[in-house]
Amino acid sequence: MALQAPERLRFDLSIIASWIKTDARVLDLGCGHGDLLAWLQLHKHIKGTGIEQNKEKAAACIGRGLSVLQGDLKDEVQDYPDGFFDVVILSQTLQQVYQPDELLKSLARIGKQVIVSFPNFSHFSIRMQLLFKGQAPKSRELPFSWYDTPNIRVITLDDFRKFSKDVGYTIVKECAINTHDMDRKGNIVSLFSNLRATYGIFLIEKK
Amino acid sequence: MVGSGKGIDTDTYFVICCNILGSCMGSTGPASINPATDAPYGLEFPMVTIGDMVNAQKEVLDHLGVNRLHSVIGGSVGGMQVLEWCVRYPAMIKSAIPIATTMRHSALAIAFNEVARQAIMVDPQWNRGNYYHQQKPDLGLSVARMIGHVTYLSDEAMRRKFGRKHQDNKDFSFNFEANFQVESYLRYQGSKFAARFDANSVLYITKAADYFDLSDSINTRESLQDLQGNHLKFLVISYTSDWLYPTYQAKELVKALKRTGQDVSFCEIEADCGHDAFLIQDNRLTKLIGGFLDGVTGS
Repeated sequence: MALQAPERLRFDLSIIASWIKTDARVLDLGCGHGDLLAWLQLHKHIKGTGIEQNKEKAAACIGRGLSVLQGDLKDEVQDYPDGFFDVVILSQTLQQVYQPDELLKSLARIGKQVIVSFPNFSHFSIRMQLLFKGQAPKSRELPFSWYDTPNIRVITLDDFRKFSKDVGYTIVKECAINTHDMDRKGNIVSLFSNLRATYGIFLIEKK
Repeated sequence: MVGSGKGIDTDTYFVICCNILGSCMGSTGPASINPATDAPYGLEFPMVTIGDMVNAQKEVLDHLGVNRLHSVIGGSVGGMQVLEWCVRYPAMIKSAIPIATTMRHSALAIAFNEVARQAIMVDPQWNRGNYYHQQKPDLGLSVARMIGHVTYLSDEAMRRKFGRKHQDNKDFSFNFEANFQVESYLRYQGSKFAARFDANSVLYITKAADYFDLSDSINTRESLQDLQGNHLKFLVISYTSDWLYPTYQAKELVKALKRTGQDVSFCEIEADCGHDAFLIQDNRLTKLIGGFLDGVTGS
């Protein structure tokens, strides 16, 4: 049985995929059901590994032929040799990480480059909700109530630019996009991205 | 798990399964006849290691003319053999699935094995291993098996299966009869095992498992690299309620494999049946192994 890869990737993942070179060694943190890894393996012949906390999802990944470790991100990134991965992907997971600075420092050790994507909390619709409703905003990208959400952090594109420098990275590439959570369609936002983009994607490497 | 259309699909794969050296169930062990004396070996049988078992299996493969293995798969002491295979013959192997196993026994595991061995050796019938022409140390062997059984189960599994249920719904007799179901179950398992297994084999096999220690070899980068520099694909599996080889030991193995740059997958399966979980029919395990084996490529 050949590897089952999705025909088309979610829009944000397709941008991440376009930044990954053929034959690269890739680590996908919070890889879910492994769509991105499967796609990259099939189309870019990467050597991929995923880390996924959820047991059912991790098992599903292994069952489709991917190499995946079931476990906690901050523990599982510890034991790889220095510079083992060409790229480490942290896709829509940063907002759920307890100690993002520690994690990013660990990633600088094991990966030559890191791709980080996250929902942009300074999108105008979120600003409007806070301004006019005075309640913790919800959006299609961040749909949970404040008391019941895996997303323990709110991040804006500008916040991340500063944060990545503070933890010792330089930004190699960035892309602000306007897309909805599960959509295969979307567009790149070049003007006033901090206000208009629903997601930001950054390629960073250690200074 | 093994068969046509199953996780290890015999329509696709040729499956080889060997008994282990030291056992009394097909291979040569202490109950076998020593050609030099025409009598059973007993304690004359040399100490065997997991490495010896693997070397004997290698002889079988040489005899069959098999020089490349798609995967080496095994649970518990079988999982130790999987690891030993990877260290001894990495060039022959494309992938490995160690299940509910460890790189080396913990003090707890050695302790249980030692109690089991002592139970056999204090049985007067054991007679320093020389009992093949007389009454066998069945009582000692039964007790050894009872201890073994406890280590294969878990608190949850025993609570669910037995709780404090009374045997045959009878009132307590306030003597030393088996009043609790769990007592009766263990006695039954013990005597059933004594009827089919050789006490000396238990001594040899448990000792081989206790001596087994591959943590140094697996932590050394070069030892698992095959001749072409290709790395093996590993799938390490543990069970939540296994207290004989708990998940932390599987994670130590995963850690060592990661450190040496191996391609490793790991999954802990939720199960309340303890160490025995890997022997119980489970679709999750079937799917995991089936999918993993399909994804193993390369020459």
